[in-house]
Amino acid sequence: MNWEVIIKWLPRLAQGATLTLELVAIAVIAGLILAIPLGVARSSRHWYVRALPYGYIFFFRGTPLLVQLFLVYYGLAQFDAVRNSSLWPYLRDPFWCTVLTMTLHTAAYIAEILRGALQAIPKGEIEAARALGMSRGKTLFYIMLPRATRIGLPAYSNEVILMLKASALASTVTLLELTGMARTIIARTYLPVEIFFAAGVFYLVISFVLVQGFKVLERWLRVDACQGR
Amino acid sequence: MIIDLHGFGPALIAGTVMTVKLALCALLLGLALGLLGALAKTSQVKPLQWLGGTYSTLVRGVPELLWVLLIYLGTVTMMNRIGDALGIPGLELSAFAAGVIALGLCFGAYATEVFRGAILAIPKGHREAGIALGLSKGRILSRIILPQMWRIALPGLGNLFMILMKDTALVSVIGLEEIMRHAQIGVNATNKAFTFYSVAACIYLGLTVIAMTGMHFLEKRAARGFMRAE
Repeated sequence: MNWEVIIKWLPRLAQGATLTLELVAIAVIAGLILAIPLGVARSSRHWYVRALPYGYIFFFRGTPLLVQLFLVYYGLAQFDAVRNSSLWPYLRDPFWCTVLTMTLHTAAYIAEILRGALQAIPKGEIEAARALGMSRGKTLFYIMLPRATRIGLPAYSNEVILMLKASALASTVTLLELTGMARTIIARTYLPVEIFFAAGVFYLVISFVLVQGFKVLERWLRVDACQGR
Repeated sequence: MIIDLHGFGPALIAGTVMTVKLALCALLLGLALGLLGALAKTSQVKPLQWLGGTYSTLVRGVPELLWVLLIYLGTVTMMNRIGDALGIPGLELSAFAAGVIALGLCFGAYATEVFRGAILAIPKGHREAGIALGLSKGRILSRIILPQMWRIALPGLGNLFMILMKDTALVSVIGLEEIMRHAQIGVNATNKAFTFYSVAACIYLGLTVIAMTGMHFLEKRAARGFMRAE
C-alpha cells in the first residue's frame, strides 16, 4: 500500500466527497418533498388515484438507476423540443441531470416507505381524530403525517444511505464526485487499489456519520417511544 | 407501435441473455457467501463473529460501482503475478468474472443479514430437540435449521435479487456486453439515445416482472404445510 499517494490526493478526494454530499442532500430532500403527495395518493382508496403513483413507482423501482440516468442525460437530447426549450441549459448539465434523476428515483422509494408507514398507523388513532371532528385534511396533517414520519424514519435513513451509494453512478456522466474523482486520479497514477481504498474509506465515514445523525434524530423525535407497544 | 432498432434487436437479446447469466452466477456466489457470513455471525466463536460482521459492514458501506471497478482494475497486477507464478503470462480477470465477484460480494453482504435474521427467528427449542435426539451439528444445520430458514429468508432474498438484477447494469461500466452496453453501442451508431435506453428500461422491467412471478411461486412452494396464525 502506497500511503504517500493516498495522502497526496486526499484533498482532491475530499473535494469529490463534497460534491457527493451535495448530490445526496438535494436528492433526498427534494425526493422527500415529491414523495409526500405520491405516497398519500398511493395509499388512496380509489383506484384511479392510486394508478398514477403506482405506475411511477413501478417504473422507477423496476429499472436500474443507470438506465434512468442515461435516459435523462443522453436520451432527452434526442428530442428537438427539449433542445429548443428554455430548460436546455439545465438538462445538458450533468449535475442537474443527476440531481433530477436521483430525486425522481428516490422519490419512488420514499413514497413506498411512506405508504407502508401510513398503513401502519393504528386505525384507532385516525378514528379518534375523526371522532374529535377533525376534517380529512386536518387528520392527515396533524395526526397521520407526523405519525408516519416516526414510523418511516428508520426506513428513510436506509434510503439515504442507499442514495449515498447510488450517487457513485454520477461518475458515469462525467461528474467528478467521489468515485469520479477516484477514477480520474487513477487514470493519472495507475494505482487503483490505493485510490479506491481511500474512496471506500470516505464512503464508510460518510455513511457512519449519517447513521449516527439519524440516531440522534430518532432520539429527538422519540421514535421508539411512539411505537405504541 | 414498432420501434426501429436499426438492426440492433438481436444484440439487445444477446445482452439480455448475458444479464440473466450474470445475475444468476452472482446469485449463486452471493447465496454461498451470505450463508457463510450468517453462520459466522451467529456462531459461538468470537473471531468468526467479528469476521462476518466486518464483511457485511464493509461491503454494505461502499458503493457497488466502486466494488465493480476495484475488483476489475485492482486485481490486474495481482492476477499478473499469479499468472507469472503459474506460467500463464497475461492472466487477467474477465469483465464477466469481475462482475460476478463484485455483485456476488455485495449480494452476499446483504444476504448475510437476511439469513442471520432468519436463523435467529427459528425457535431455540428446535435446535435443542435436535441435540436431544442425538443429531450431529451438521445434521441439525442441514435437516432442521436450513429448511426452516429458507422459508423465512425467501421474501428478503427476493428483494435482494431484484436489486442484484438492476445492479448488473453497473457491469457495463467495465465493458461487459450486457443490455446497457449493447444499448450504448446502438446509441453510438444511431444517435437515438432515448429509443435505445427506453427499450433497455423495458427489458429490465420485464425481467423484474418475471423475477417477481418466480418469487411468488417459490414463496408458495416454501410455505407448503405452513399455516399463518390468524
